Amino acid sequence: MVSNQMDIKFKSISSNNSFARAVVGAFLAQLDPTVEQIYDIKMAVSEAVTNAIIHGYNENEDNWVELICRYEQDETGSDVVIEVIDTGCGIENLDQARCEMFSSTAERAGLGFTVMEAVVDKVDIMSKLGEGTRVALHTRLTA
Amino acid sequence: MSIDTKVQNNILVVNLEGEIDHHTSTVIREEVDKIYNTSRLNHIIFNFEKVTFMDSSGVGLLIGRYRMVTMAGGKIGLVKVKSELDKVMNLSGVYKLMKRFEDESVAISHL
Repeated sequence: MVSNQMDIKFKSISSNNSFARAVVGAFLAQLDPTVEQIYDIKMAVSEAVTNAIIHGYNENEDNWVELICRYEQDETGSDVVIEVIDTGCGIENLDQARCEMFSSTAERAGLGFTVMEAVVDKVDIMSKLGEGTRVALHTRLTA
Repeated sequence: MSIDTKVQNNILVVNLEGEIDHHTSTVIREEVDKIYNTSRLNHIIFNFEKVTFMDSSGVGLLIGRYRMVTMAGGKIGLVKVKSELDKVMNLSGVYKLMKRFEDESVAISHL
């Protein structure tokens, strides 16, 4: 069993989203994933980081987003967990936030959680009003 | 992300290149809306041939432009959408609002 982990923080600036996707892609490249597996993971990371920046922090750039990625590799594959953490406003109603086409902002599709749930195995959300939100993306990579 | 635009008759053709996320979709939206509204155009064609990544922010961009052109009686055409972009397009039901075409000339003749 091989396990590995990374943990970084970056400012809540929307151009950092491509950096977050690239970092996760580079870290997980050690597991030799397929192009499609990496694409799906990048989609989920992108949605979670976007939510943190625009909903958690209301696009205020003077905050931090934490990104943790860890995996445990066994004989048949790897269990990957990616966490995106903000200390922003929190989500008032989780059931509503998970709902398709729910968006609190114009020009948004309201598909963030729907996309995350479609591309990884499990999405856990922990949120407290006024304290922040932690989204954990679980997925198993098999060859 | 880079964006290259041209106007053909009453159609705005937008060639997109790179990754579309919340950050870059804001840049695309500002550029597209400026040209569309100042030139009083009708339809918009988005060419995705050189797009390497798109999350749901791209869908928000498309739905927003759909609302804008519909008010002017126009349509949106999507060109060269690669299979990896299909997942987010299908999840959003965006193909119910706008058609996809093989290439730019087919799109122009059908809009």
